[in-house]
Amino acid sequence: MSELLHRKLERSAIGLVLAIIAAASVGGIVEIAPLFTIDGTVEEAPDMRVYTPLELAGRNIYIREGCYACHSQMIRTLRDEVERYGPYSLAVESQYDRPMLWGSKRTGPDLARVGGKYSDFWHVAHLSNPRDVVPESNMPAYAWLARTPLRMEDLPRHLEAQRALGVPYTEEMIENAARDAYGQAMPDGDFATGVSERYGEATQVRAFDGVTTQVTEMDALVAYLQILGRLTVAAYQDTAAPEKAPDPAN
Amino acid sequence: MIGQLTSGERQSAVVILLIVAMVGLSMAALGRTDPLGVHGVIVMLFSGGLLYVVLSSFYAPAPTEEREASYYDDPIKIGIVLSMGWAVFGMLMGVWVASQLAWPDLAFDAAWSSFGRLRPTHTTGVIFGFGGNALIATSFHVVQRTSRARLAGQLSPWFVLFGFNLFCILAVTGYFMGITQSKEYAEPEWYADLWLVVVWVTYFILYIRTIARRKEPHIYVANWYFMAFILVVAILHIVNNLTLPVSWGHAKSYTVWPGVQDAMVQWWYGHNAVAFFLTAGFLGMLYYYLPVRAQRPIFSYRLSILSFWGITFFYMWAGSHHLHYTALPHWVQTLGMTFSVMLLVPSWASAGNALLTLNGAWHKVRDDATLRFMMVAAVFYGLSTFEGSFMAIRPVNSLSHYTDWTVGHVHAGALGWVALITFGSFYTLVPALWKREAMYSARLIEVHFWLALAGTLIYVFAMWNSGIIQGLMWRTYTEEGTLAYSFVDSLVAMYPYYIARAFGGLLFLIGAVVCCYNIWMTVRAKPVTSSRSGDVPVVSVASVAGE
Repeated sequence: MSELLHRKLERSAIGLVLAIIAAASVGGIVEIAPLFTIDGTVEEAPDMRVYTPLELAGRNIYIREGCYACHSQMIRTLRDEVERYGPYSLAVESQYDRPMLWGSKRTGPDLARVGGKYSDFWHVAHLSNPRDVVPESNMPAYAWLARTPLRMEDLPRHLEAQRALGVPYTEEMIENAARDAYGQAMPDGDFATGVSERYGEATQVRAFDGVTTQVTEMDALVAYLQILGRLTVAAYQDTAAPEKAPDPAN
Repeated sequence: MIGQLTSGERQSAVVILLIVAMVGLSMAALGRTDPLGVHGVIVMLFSGGLLYVVLSSFYAPAPTEEREASYYDDPIKIGIVLSMGWAVFGMLMGVWVASQLAWPDLAFDAAWSSFGRLRPTHTTGVIFGFGGNALIATSFHVVQRTSRARLAGQLSPWFVLFGFNLFCILAVTGYFMGITQSKEYAEPEWYADLWLVVVWVTYFILYIRTIARRKEPHIYVANWYFMAFILVVAILHIVNNLTLPVSWGHAKSYTVWPGVQDAMVQWWYGHNAVAFFLTAGFLGMLYYYLPVRAQRPIFSYRLSILSFWGITFFYMWAGSHHLHYTALPHWVQTLGMTFSVMLLVPSWASAGNALLTLNGAWHKVRDDATLRFMMVAAVFYGLSTFEGSFMAIRPVNSLSHYTDWTVGHVHAGALGWVALITFGSFYTLVPALWKREAMYSARLIEVHFWLALAGTLIYVFAMWNSGIIQGLMWRTYTEEGTLAYSFVDSLVAMYPYYIARAFGGLLFLIGAVVCCYNIWMTVRAKPVTSSRSGDVPVVSVASVAGE
C-alpha cells in the first residue's frame, strides 16, 4: 500500500519537492522556535552588561583569527570541567553574543572564564609567542597584533548594527564608541572617564598591551579576554560552584 | 564550451558577466577601506576572465545540429576538473594545518597563515570546492541519463558551475584576509551568502525543469537524493546566514541569532550540512554509479524508500547532539540524542542496500579498483553513521566532545565515505564522458585506492587514540580527589598522534594527485572511434523538426 503510494509520489516532481520540504522542516521548527518562547531558556541576570567598544573590537579579532577553532567558550555541566574551568556556563552569559563562540574543539583550553585568570602582561607575552610562557604549546604566535593599530573609526556603526538586533546599546554609547575604545586603552587620556560612566565603574580601563602610545589590536584582544566570564556573576549564584565570583575591578 | 551556445545565449552571457562585474565594481568602491574592496576586485577579475573567454569566441560558428539530440556534457567535464583542482588545494591545506598542530612554527609569523585562518580554507576547499563541484557535475550527469533528457538550459548550467566556484573563491580568499562569520562550515560573509542563494535558486530551477522533461514515468532514486540535497541546503543556508551587515561597505556582519539560539541554529545547520551536503548528495552518486559499475540493479526498492525518507526526516532533529551538557535546554539535547540514535536505521538501510547490490558482483569488486572504491565507501558510510549515532548518546559525548575523536569521526565520513565514493564515481564517469575505452591506467587506480585507504585508516586510528586519551586525561582524578592532569599534560600526549595524522593526510593527498594525473592522461588519450551508441536523450520527432 505505502509502496503504491510512493510509486505515485515519485512520478510527480512538485509532489516530491513539497514532501521533502515538509519532512525536513519539522525537526528544525520543533527544536528552534520554542527557544524563543520558553522563558527558562535564558536566565535572568540584571547585572549583565554589554561589551565595551574595545572589547567588541577584541571579540571581532578573536573571530577573525578563528580562535574558536581550538578554544571553546562553554563549560559543560560535568564535575571535571567545573573544577578545571569554573562554574558551568549559563545561556544568559552569551545573550549578547552574535555569533556565539561556544566552539566545538579544545586543542587549547576552554576560555569561558579566562578573564582575570592571568595578568595582561602574561597575555601579551603569550600571544606574542606562546612557547615563551608555555613551552609545550602548539598555538600560533600572534606577535603582529601588537604592531597593528586598531581600526576604531567605524565602531559606532558596529554598535548601531548590534542595537538594531536587540543589544541594549544607548545612543550615547553609540556616539562615543570610537572615543570609548580609545579611552579604555589609554587610562591617562581625556576619554578614559567616559568609559566608566557609560559601562560601569568596574570596567577595566588600562593599557592592556602595556604601551600607551597607540591603541593596537593587542589592546582590544586582551581587553576581550580579560572580560570573558565576568559580564555577570549569575553563574556563581545558586550553583554548587565552590568558587566565589571574581572581583571585576582587580 | 562556447560552441554549444547560440549567439543569443552568448549575448546573455556577456550581459550577466557585465552585471556581475558592475556588482564587483560597486563592492570595490563601497569597501575601499575594508577587505570587502579586495573581494570587489576579485569579483571583477573573475567576471572579466570569463568575459574574455566568451568574447574571444563570440563569433565562432553557432551550433548547427539539433542540440536536444545529445546530452549536455561540457559543464560536467569542467565540473570534474574544478572538483579535482579543489581537492588538491583543500587536501594540501589540510596537510598544512595538520602539520601546524605538530610544528606550530609552520605559520611563519604571518597573519594569513595562522591555523585559525587556514583551517576554514581546508574545510571549505574540500567540502564545498571538491565535494560541491563533484555534486554539481555528477548531478548534471545523473539527472540527464536517468531522465533521458538533456539539461533544461544552455547557459544556466554554466551559471551554476561558475557562480558556485566564485562563491568558493570568495570564501577561501576571505579567510586568508580574516573575513569570517566564525560559524563552522558557514564562514563566508553576507555578500557571498547572498550570491550563493542566487546560484542555488538557479540550480534548483534547472534541476526541476530537467526532471520535468524526463522521458521516464518515474523519478529515479538518485534524483530524490539530489533534490533533497539542493532543497534542504537552501533552507539551511538561508536560515543560518541571516545577518545584518555593519554597512554596505563592510564585509563584517552580525548574525540575527543571539547566544543559545545561535548555537542551536548553527548546529542544526552544521549537522545537516553533513546530512544533506555530505550524505544525501553523495548517496545520489552511490545510487547511480555503484549499480552502473557493478552492472547490477539496486538490491531493494523498499529499502531505498525507507532510507530516503528516514534520512530526510530524522536528520533535521539531530543537530542538538553537538550541544550536550551545554547551556542549551536539556529537552532539546534529549530530542537530538534520540533522533540521532534512530538515524542509524535509515543510514544502515542505504549502506546495506549498497552492499547487497554487490551480491553476484563480488568478483568485480576484487578485480576492479573503481568498484572497490565505491564498496569501501559504503562500508565507511555504515561505520561512520554507526559511530555518529554512538557519539550522540549523551554520556559517550561527555567523553568525545571537544576532543580529536570528533575530528576522527568526521574524517572517517569525509575521507572514507565522501571522497571514496567521489573517486569511484569519477573513475566511472571520466571515460564515459570523454568517450574513452577506459581510464588511462587501471594500475594507478589501484595505487590510488591503497593510498587513500591507508591514509584514511592511519588518520582515523590516530584521532581515535588521541581523542580518547585526551577525553580520559581531562576527567581522571587522583586518589586525593583532585584532577590528575593539567591541560598541557593532555596536549603533550597528543603530539605523536598529530604527526601520524599529518602523515595519513599526506598519503590521501598523494592519492588525489595520482587521480588527477590519471584523469589528465585519460583526457589526452585518443577517443574510441565508434561512439557509444544509445548514450543520447530520447527526442520526439516534433521537437527535432522544430529546431
